[in-house]
Amino acid sequence: MPQPVITARNLTKKYGDFTAVDGIDFEVAPGESFGLLGPNGAGKSTTMRMVGAVSTRTAGDLEILGLDPNDHGPDIRSQLGVVPQQDNLDQELRVRDNLLVYGRYFGLPRSVIAERADALLEFAQLADRTKAKVDDLSGGMKRRLTIARALINEPRILLLDEPTTGLDPQARHILWDRLFRLKEQGTTLVLTTHYMDEAEQLCDRLVVVDKGRIMAEGSPAALIREYSSREVLEVRFGSDKNAEAAEKLKGIGERLEVLPDRILVYSANGEAELERITHLGLEPITSLVRRSSLEDVFLRLTGRSLIE
Amino acid sequence: MTTTDTSRTPDREDARRALAAGAAPRRFGSWYIAEHRIRAMKGYAGDAIFQSVGNPLIYLFALGVGLASLVPQGVGGVSYLQFVAPALMASAAMTVTANETSYPILLGFKWNPIFFGMNASPITGAQIVNGMFIHIALRTVVTVAIYCGVIALFGAITSPLGWLAILAAAATGLAIGAAISSYTSTIQEDRGQMAMLQRFGITPLFLFSGTFFPLEQLPPFLQPIGWISPLWHGTELGRVLTYGMEEPAWLTATHVGYLVTLFAIGLWATRRHFTRRLDK
Amino acid sequence: MTAASPTTSAPLTRQRSALYAGNTGAVIHRGLLATRSTNYLVVLSGFFEPVFYLLSLGIGFGALVGTVQTSTGQEVPYAAFIAPALLAVSAMNGAVYDSTWNVFFKLNYSKLYQGMLTTSLGPLDVALGEILLALLRGAMYAVGFMVVMQLFGLNLAWTALLALPAVLLIAFGFASLGMAITSYMKTFQQIEWVTFIMLPMFLFSATFYPITVYPEPIQWLIQALPLWHGVELVRGLTTGALSGMMLVHVGYYLVMIAIGIVFTTNRLRALFLK
Repeated sequence: MPQPVITARNLTKKYGDFTAVDGIDFEVAPGESFGLLGPNGAGKSTTMRMVGAVSTRTAGDLEILGLDPNDHGPDIRSQLGVVPQQDNLDQELRVRDNLLVYGRYFGLPRSVIAERADALLEFAQLADRTKAKVDDLSGGMKRRLTIARALINEPRILLLDEPTTGLDPQARHILWDRLFRLKEQGTTLVLTTHYMDEAEQLCDRLVVVDKGRIMAEGSPAALIREYSSREVLEVRFGSDKNAEAAEKLKGIGERLEVLPDRILVYSANGEAELERITHLGLEPITSLVRRSSLEDVFLRLTGRSLIE
Repeated sequence: MTTTDTSRTPDREDARRALAAGAAPRRFGSWYIAEHRIRAMKGYAGDAIFQSVGNPLIYLFALGVGLASLVPQGVGGVSYLQFVAPALMASAAMTVTANETSYPILLGFKWNPIFFGMNASPITGAQIVNGMFIHIALRTVVTVAIYCGVIALFGAITSPLGWLAILAAAATGLAIGAAISSYTSTIQEDRGQMAMLQRFGITPLFLFSGTFFPLEQLPPFLQPIGWISPLWHGTELGRVLTYGMEEPAWLTATHVGYLVTLFAIGLWATRRHFTRRLDK
Repeated sequence: MTAASPTTSAPLTRQRSALYAGNTGAVIHRGLLATRSTNYLVVLSGFFEPVFYLLSLGIGFGALVGTVQTSTGQEVPYAAFIAPALLAVSAMNGAVYDSTWNVFFKLNYSKLYQGMLTTSLGPLDVALGEILLALLRGAMYAVGFMVVMQLFGLNLAWTALLALPAVLLIAFGFASLGMAITSYMKTFQQIEWVTFIMLPMFLFSATFYPITVYPEPIQWLIQALPLWHGVELVRGLTTGALSGMMLVHVGYYLVMIAIGIVFTTNRLRALFLK
């Protein structure tokens, strides 16, 4: 059993009276792809900054690669690649120069950086934009350049904070493809997201966080197994009638969740539940049977939606 | 916070690797940042050089020739040109450092937030500040040296130690720059503070620091502006060096001490603000 | 200031078209609101700049100099010599800043004009609005500075009152020329050159010392530039030395305003009404 690359025990961060991260515990194994799933303001980014050795913890223990970030910030950061939520590329420099300059921060020899920069621009599908101004790149390209920059030091761990937030669907898929390749090469990935599809695509294991606390932990499949049913039936009766209809649906499915715009019926067999509803004489305006997702897990754990 | 824990050799291979990789950035990080800032200058180097030559020519013609015609008797035993030249050098240094420590710092935290990017690598907040000041020092020395050359051409440098005025002017600029950056590094929102800094900081310094006339010409209530003004101390120092202006040795020592102290405090405060602001 | 827009627009009514909707007031109104809500302190602070120069050079340097002879042969105290020049310079600086940096930024970056132009406003409404806003600001500074001059006893004749319209004329001249130049500019670097060219004009145009220190060819060059005319005009008024030359100075600015407006209009038409 290899030693974990990240170990957090009772990790806490307070800003004055506000507790952003409230005593969380987790471990990340080498080569693992680990996700923090939660809504905005859950404390994901704060956790990422502490793991990134740029934010001092208020309490608890944190070890990255066996080192304490309080004493070994620069050493730890020499082994990390960081993709922040907001791109912080240098807009005064051109695309390739951004990589060259960043490589120097790690004290790498110029010849090594130049070689890696060309390979990474290829990897990030930016080889034809090396001389472009950063400002002229699209959102997806900027994000890929930021990832390329984060890889210039061949990091042991790549930290990605909301890597695809704000990107269009096509750009997201290109990015997922790149990240999946890194995962295949054995890079440890730690990412935060509030997109369940992203978490399901990229994470071997994840923790669900809300209000600075860990609500559950496991692989996406295991979490769904544990906290949800196999299928979900979504029915809509019209905005004002959902609550009234829900009264009559009691006893149908394993569990009901009444949202303002729809009712979710959790069950192993959605179609069968829909039939039972029709038998009761109720006629939903629309109905949909789908597989359970992490969204349902989150709803179950917190009573709230991930994206509000 | 950044002390290296050498007492314990970690038993883990990846920890040993991290310590080895962190060694170079710990030692040379400031220079990596300076390298970055110099590289970023490529875009506007031509204009910067042109203005470093053009400005001294314009000012020396206007003041050393034009304004000087109104004071044919000179000032304190030397020609007006000789009197005003060291002041112009120090002011030029101030202009460079004030520019470099105002918007670029706001930029680096907000609109082009490269400081956070630097800090995500092994570079520390203090090293970012150090690196910036290495770059600023270089720029200032080059600007002032050109100025000094032009002044020498005008024949306003009579002392063999005249070239030392380059250092005096650069020190003036750096002291003022460090003071400014200790303030600009705390600005969260741009609400015109830069314009205010220029109007109520830089311009009064330029005008009331014994630049165009000896401080004693001012009414007594305005003279203290000069005493606390780093530009006055730097200018007086420059006068001692370029034409051997007579003043007591303790006063000369005070000039040097004041500039060095201001720079040290400014740099210390700026580093502190950077470190805090990056650690959120 | 809403009354000002019809008078300035009079020669332009013939080309009333998409270019000009006669609604400059709306632009000015927005500008005033924006100033009040964000940076009125910064705007207010602009008043202090010439005052600092007057205190420093007028009092400090003036003590070394004593009196200076004006171009009309009058001996005046040094502070009374430079005060009118500072008045003209601050009119120039404000107008040039407003019509170059400010307009350029809004034209190219903040997209404010695109927003304005999608309404019924024409580009000339916007241009005139900005210029008049700049003039309003300039008038405020000028009145403030003239009060300071009065307190220091630097207004030597009643004709100093006429310096106020003179300052507005100067500001209008620089603003309309600045606007014309800006409409041809493509990058911030190009605008920095405007600032760079203004420095020698500021220092050499009889602002701080008579131009007679220079050889004649250089004097002619200086006299061909706009600031010298402004300085001489205002100085003549505050020192009470009236002369026929003043008509030349006024004429210079009228021509400058006309040229500026013609070029700005043509350029804006080319840019926005293709």
